[in-house]
Amino acid sequence: MALLEVRDLKTSFKTDDGIVQAVDDVSFSVDKGRTLAIVGESGCGKSVTCLTIMGLNPRQNTITSGEAVFKDRDLLTLPQDEMRKVRGAEISMIFQDPMTSLNPVHTIGRQLREAVQLHEKMPKQAANRRALEMVKAVGIPRAETRLDDYPHQFSGGMRQRVMIAMALINNPDLLIADEPTTALDVTTQAQILNLMNQLQRDFGSAIILITHDLGVVAETADEVLVMYAAKAIEQGDYGDIFYRARHPYTWGLLSSLPRLAQGAELKPIPGAPPSLLRPPPGCRFHLRCTYAFDRCRTDVPPLRPAPDGSAHLDACHLDETAKQRGSEEILDRITVGGRL
Amino acid sequence: MIRYIIRRLLWAVVLFISVTLVTYLIFYIIPLDPARLAAGKAATPHDVEVVAHRLYLDRPIWQQYLHFLGQLVLHHNLGYSYANRQSVNSVVLNAAPITASLVLGAVVVWMAIAVPVGVYSALRPRSLGDRVAMTGVLTGISVHPVWLGLIASYFLGYKLDLFPIQGYCAFTGAAPGELCGGPIDWFYHLIVPWFVFAVLYAAFYVRMIRSNVLETMNEDYVRTARAKGAPERRVLTHHVLRNAMLPVVTMLGMDVALALGGSILIESVFGLPGLGYTAIKSLSQFDYPITLGVVVFASVLVIVFNLIVDLLYAWIDPRIRLA
Repeated sequence: MALLEVRDLKTSFKTDDGIVQAVDDVSFSVDKGRTLAIVGESGCGKSVTCLTIMGLNPRQNTITSGEAVFKDRDLLTLPQDEMRKVRGAEISMIFQDPMTSLNPVHTIGRQLREAVQLHEKMPKQAANRRALEMVKAVGIPRAETRLDDYPHQFSGGMRQRVMIAMALINNPDLLIADEPTTALDVTTQAQILNLMNQLQRDFGSAIILITHDLGVVAETADEVLVMYAAKAIEQGDYGDIFYRARHPYTWGLLSSLPRLAQGAELKPIPGAPPSLLRPPPGCRFHLRCTYAFDRCRTDVPPLRPAPDGSAHLDACHLDETAKQRGSEEILDRITVGGRL
Repeated sequence: MIRYIIRRLLWAVVLFISVTLVTYLIFYIIPLDPARLAAGKAATPHDVEVVAHRLYLDRPIWQQYLHFLGQLVLHHNLGYSYANRQSVNSVVLNAAPITASLVLGAVVVWMAIAVPVGVYSALRPRSLGDRVAMTGVLTGISVHPVWLGLIASYFLGYKLDLFPIQGYCAFTGAAPGELCGGPIDWFYHLIVPWFVFAVLYAAFYVRMIRSNVLETMNEDYVRTARAKGAPERRVLTHHVLRNAMLPVVTMLGMDVALALGGSILIESVFGLPGLGYTAIKSLSQFDYPITLGVVVFASVLVIVFNLIVDLLYAWIDPRIRLA
C-alpha cells in the first residue's frame, strides 16, 4: 500500500468567465521514502494538484472529485478540522518564493515554534529547542543567534532553508515541495536540492516535487509525472522518462533542457499552452505537436501502459515504431556517450 | 533603533521650527497694526508706541520671532491676548481638553465601527453583509458632517429630546458657574458629536481595512500558515490582521492630526468651546496671539502624534527598524 494514492483527481474553479478545469483525471501514488516529480509548464495544474491534496484551494469556488488516500483516509472528504491536523504534521509543504512565504512581522523562531505548537502541546522552551535543532539540521550558520531574527534579515537561500526546517519540524510522512528552487540562484538551487535529498535520507519522508525544470528532476526524482494542460500525459520511473520517453511533449521538454555539451542546440517547444477555460478538442498538445495527425485533432488519447507491460504510461496516438524512433532520437540529442 | 529614534526626534525639531516660522510670518504680513488693537480704542499715539515697545512690535521681524520662540521654548509662554490680556496658555489649555475629548472619542468610535465591519466585509466579499457595508461606506463618505450634525442635533436633541442640543461639560466636574460636569455629563454631551464626527472616517477606514485584509489574505505567508495547520481563526488573528493593520496605524496617526483641524466644523455645530472654536473666534477679533497660540499648539500636537506613530510603527513592523 502506497503512502499516498491519488485516483482520478479532478479540480475545477468557478470563475467569472466560466469553469476552469485545472486538474483533469490525474492518478499517481507515492511510496514511503521515495520522490515523485510532477513536471510541466506554468499553469499545467501541477501546483493545483498538490494544493487540492492539502485542501488549500479557496473553498467557495473550487469543485473537486476523485480521491487522495493517505494512510487509509481520503483527504478530499476529510472534515476541515481533521484536515488541519494532517497539514503541517503529516503532510507539509514548501513554496516557490521564500521571499514572501514567511510572515515578515514574526521572528523565525516564533514561526518555527508555532509549527510545533499547533500540533503538540509543548512548553515554549521545548518548542524552541526543537526549532533550534531543525535550524541546525538545515545548515543555517550561527543557528543559536538567528532564531530571534526576522525573515528580512535572511537571504533567499537561507529563507528557503527556514521553510524546509518549518516543513520538517514535525517529521511529516510526506513533504510537498512546490518549485522549491525556482526563485533561487543556481548555486543555491543545488544546495537546497542536496539538503532535501539528505533530509529525506535522514527523516525517511516521501517527497512530491513540483517543478518545470527537468534538471532538478534528474537530481532528485524516483518517479516522474508529466502534466500538460491539466492532464497527465506521461508517467513512469526516472529511467522511463529520461531514457525511454514516449510522448512528443516529454521529448520537447527534454530537448529544451540547456546543455553544456558542444553543438547541442537549445530547442524550445513552439507556441504556448492552451486555455483551460476552453481546451482544444482531441489531444491537448496537438496544436504545438510536430507529429500531430488527423486523429490527434478529434480523439482524446487515453493514458495507456507501454507494450512492455511496465508501469510506464503515456497518452499519445503515435504508433509504436514512431514512439521508439522519437525516443531514440531524443536520447541521442540529450546524452553524451550514453550519459545524461 | 536608537539611531532611528534620534533621527525622528531631529526631524520633529526641524518641523517645529518651520511651522512656527511660517505661522509667524503669515501674521506679520497681514496689514494690521497689532499695537493699536492691543492698546485699545481710546489710546493716544504715545500709548500705542509704548504698547508696541512692550510687545516687541517695534523690533525687526526676526527679533520678534526669536523673542516669541525664546518665550515659548524657555518659559513655555505663548503670550497674552490683545483682547482681554488673558494668558494664551490658559486659553489654549482650557480649550484643548475639549477638542481632545471630541477627537479621541471619535477615533474610538470610528475604529470600533471600522475594524469589525472592514474585517467582516473582507472575509465575506460580495456577500449581502458586505454589500450593505459598502453601501453604508458610500453614504458615509457622501454625507457632509455639518449637515449630519445639524440633522442629528435637530432630531435627536430637539425633536426626540434624547441628547443635549449643544454644549460641553468638563470630565473632571463642574467648574464654578457651570451647570454640569463629571464623566456622565461629559459622555452624554459628547456622544452625538462623536458619532457625527466618526461617520466620515469610519467610512474611509472600513474601505481601507477591507482592502488591506483582502490583499493580505492572498499573501504567500498566509498560505504558509494554513499549510502549517493553523486554524482559520489563528490565521486571521496572528498572520492576516497584524500585517493588514500596518498601513492603518500610519493613516490613523495622520488622520488624528487632520481631525484636530476638522474638529472646527463639529465644534461650531455643537457649540463646543474647543481649539477650533477658539481659533475662529480669535480670528474674527484679530486677536493674533490666541490664533498663533492655537496654531502652534496644534502643530506641536501633530508633530508629537507623528512621532508616536513612527515609533509605534517601528515596533510593529520589524523591517522599519533597520531602515
